[in-house]
Amino acid sequence: MSAHTFILNGAPVSVDVEDDVRLLWVLRDVLGVTGPKYGCGLGVCQACTSHINGKAFNPCSVPVSAIQPTDEITTIEGLPATVGKPLHPMQEAWLDYDVAQCGYCQPGQIMAAVAKVREARAAGHEIGDADFDEIRNICRCGTYFRIREAITAGAKNF
Amino acid sequence: MGDQGRLPQDEDDESGRGVGRRRFLGYVLAGPTLMVAAQLGEAALAPTEAQAAVPSLPEPADLLDLTDLLTTAASPTSGLISIQLNTDGTASFALPRAEVGQGVTTSTAMLIAEELDIPLAQVRITLADARPELLFNQFTGASNTTVSTYTPIRVAAATARQRLLAAAAVRFGVPASTLTTAAGVVSSPNGQSATYGSLAAAAASQVTVQVGVVLKQQSDFEVIGTAQKRIDALDIVTGRKQFAMDLAVPNALPTMVCRPPTLNGTPLSVQNLAAVKAMPGVTDVVIIATGVAVRAATFGQCIDAVRALQVTWGPGTEDNSSDSTLLKELKAAELPLVVPPLNLLAQTVEATFTFAFASNSALEPNCAIADVRPGRAEVWAAVKAPIVAQGAIAAKLGLLQSAVTVHVVQGGGSFGRKLFADAALEAAEISQLMGKPVKLMWHRTDEFRQGRTHPMSISHVRATHALGQVLTFEQRHASVATDFSHGLGEVITSQVAKLPVGDIGFSETIFELTQQTPYNFGVTTQLLSEVDKGFNTGSMRGIYSPNVRCAQELIVDQLAAGVGQDPYQFRRQTLKDPRAIAVLDKVAQLGSWGRTMAPGTAQGIALHPEYHSVAAILVEIDCTAATTGRQIPDACTGPRVTKVICAVDAGLAVNPLGLQAQMMGGISDGIAVALTSGMHFENGVFQEGSWDNYFYTRQWNTPPDLQIVVMPPSSGTPGGAGELAVGAAMAAVACAYARATGTMPTSFPINQAAPLAFTPLPTTPPIPQSPVDGLTRAY
Ligand code: FES
Ligand code: FES
Repeated sequence: MSAHTFILNGAPVSVDVEDDVRLLWVLRDVLGVTGPKYGCGLGVCQACTSHINGKAFNPCSVPVSAIQPTDEITTIEGLPATVGKPLHPMQEAWLDYDVAQCGYCQPGQIMAAVAKVREARAAGHEIGDADFDEIRNICRCGTYFRIREAITAGAKNF
Repeated sequence: MGDQGRLPQDEDDESGRGVGRRRFLGYVLAGPTLMVAAQLGEAALAPTEAQAAVPSLPEPADLLDLTDLLTTAASPTSGLISIQLNTDGTASFALPRAEVGQGVTTSTAMLIAEELDIPLAQVRITLADARPELLFNQFTGASNTTVSTYTPIRVAAATARQRLLAAAAVRFGVPASTLTTAAGVVSSPNGQSATYGSLAAAAASQVTVQVGVVLKQQSDFEVIGTAQKRIDALDIVTGRKQFAMDLAVPNALPTMVCRPPTLNGTPLSVQNLAAVKAMPGVTDVVIIATGVAVRAATFGQCIDAVRALQVTWGPGTEDNSSDSTLLKELKAAELPLVVPPLNLLAQTVEATFTFAFASNSALEPNCAIADVRPGRAEVWAAVKAPIVAQGAIAAKLGLLQSAVTVHVVQGGGSFGRKLFADAALEAAEISQLMGKPVKLMWHRTDEFRQGRTHPMSISHVRATHALGQVLTFEQRHASVATDFSHGLGEVITSQVAKLPVGDIGFSETIFELTQQTPYNFGVTTQLLSEVDKGFNTGSMRGIYSPNVRCAQELIVDQLAAGVGQDPYQFRRQTLKDPRAIAVLDKVAQLGSWGRTMAPGTAQGIALHPEYHSVAAILVEIDCTAATTGRQIPDACTGPRVTKVICAVDAGLAVNPLGLQAQMMGGISDGIAVALTSGMHFENGVFQEGSWDNYFYTRQWNTPPDLQIVVMPPSSGTPGGAGELAVGAAMAAVACAYARATGTMPTSFPINQAAPLAFTPLPTTPPIPQSPVDGLTRAY
């Protein structure tokens, strides 16, 4: 056991846990932050997608020891605060398009969508079909089309 | 939304035009605040009529389909469902069904909002714990929920409204008939008003009484039939929606099971039990029926412990089977065709299609929380047959059924999977053995390797035609056995004697009940045979339909070619049901059927009727080398469905927005099973072990252009919708693929025979370790 500190959704946290425990389990099992979901533990399904310093990543695939004290981890629970609003525009778009079915994949989808829009912009373009085709998040309910619609709409508002 | 020209026919069989509207029996239950109730269950729906060119005799599914069976079986035995009016003006209802993404909490809230005249936001829906007194009525399957709860829930809500009116009449000193209700408020003509909340106590009864109520007529609906967003959408997008693994049950620590290297193997002994027990975080290790369970502080430590276990395993149930041996078994089991050659002019169209196993796994893996103590047990899980689960858990633990509480938790997808309570049973067994609460979750790899599948099958179709008409249409479907042990069995057993299918086996009965040939194809016969009960199977969004109908529709295209007709026109002229013709016309028109397509691309059109609903789908597919050769890491790109137009007639669509969502999901499934999603079974092991092995539809397979039209109401009652789109989409994609490539596919998914597109994960240890390089892939 050793102590690990980082910034979680804007507040510093410290946990005592073995170095190699993946961050997803630190969030869910130790800290009780359950927005990020388990869908594979293999970096494949993307259900756990959260942000580290504003970039999308899979906490199931990162040992807690790889997280630095200055690293800012944002889960779906902390997304609205990053824009200082009750909801992030991408969450609003998800509501507008009634994207969710069971909802299990959707926290990961939203976190991925926000990062994907930023990534496209950093590459000098607005998000489009080619970018959508790069999103790897599984939705076993098959809501992919509404996800595309919502990202297009949400991207216009941030 | 739909804009088809057919007028809504108010054929609500409750409104009995001209003879006065039918009254329903409601109950006011004794209580401090208004509590109303109604009997769950509903009479069977009217049969659809056959009418036609060369008329086929009505098939059993035309007369009475599985949804009828469930609603009919439900009627005589059901308990009461109740709505409570709270003093804050909200109405609470514990729905005896499972919400797994299909939107039944939203559509249920809409029924209550409609009949009670209350804003949707003031309706609170929870899921009822297992209630054994409801018998067959707590079963979420066969797209049956809306069908069987549609009337009872409205009766309860109407009873509440009637009581509130009566209470307000007393308070205002005016006749109830002069009062009106809107948005949770009762108003009188002279300006008095009272909120439902303020009347909730006054409207309560000290004794339980029966009352007669009249329901709103369909033409007066303000909520039912309008597009409403999911009532849990905000909870979902904020991460607040709680699934079973998100519940904080005291001391229920993460638990996983080390599973056998071959399908359904059993643990014989563990070599290093003490060493694994001493690993960081691990609290308990026990041998159970299906493997070796470990409980630890985190799931990560469970994974470490599962991987460290050295277990001696006994044989599995299918160690000597592979896809190739199963195919031989299926061919040997196929029942003979019976129609003799008719005349010398008749021409024959014939093919046999093979359908691979498909994974029934949802994104939320199998999981459950169990807290078993001496003499009692408490379980939290997403289960669609909770009473069956409760009984099975009680039997397994040696407890009375009444000592087992089953809390039904919202599920992260099901597709028929959660009809089985596999995880709840396992969790209960583990908790009892460890003497501690456990939070059991399956690893993703276990889901693919040991989880339930839609069974492998073959479908042989032979049809004959002469002088432009189809004379015979025969289909023999042979399948690895489907497990129906989730309790549907009792319903069927109690009903089977009343059916025209006579004394045939259980699966055959389901087959007869659910499978229809929607066309007038002369002498039509369809039979099922089953082999091999060693697999963990289940219905996956369609029991047999996607495969059966895909095979049929491919042959329909061949028949159209044989008689020299356009596939759309040919279908249109031979369809039995005008509702089917209407949806077909709709997609043909919106999708510009027959437009010129570039080489390597093509259109496909198909439809599927089931559960008193019908959907037609037109697709366009791109099979050019540039598309099939797309390079995406760890993916199966394949052809791209570039466009989908779907038209759906679900009778009365309670929530068209939710219906569209169900269609969209079904289309994603149909594309998957047609093009990319198949399991490979070799020597007792499913080769797939992750979502990058099992190629369910991903964004790169998703049609960039998709339109779903909900037809105007065609009846006064809702039909089933959960499974409807899969068969139509799979068939339309297959037909389009055949046209684009010039070759009719006979093996599904179409890439099934190609070399594996991945390296299978090892079987020992049974689950892979999580990566550590996630930060290198951050974007
Ligand atoms: S759980 Fe992290 S990618 Fe699947
Ligand atoms: S909404 Fe169910 S998995 Fe995406």
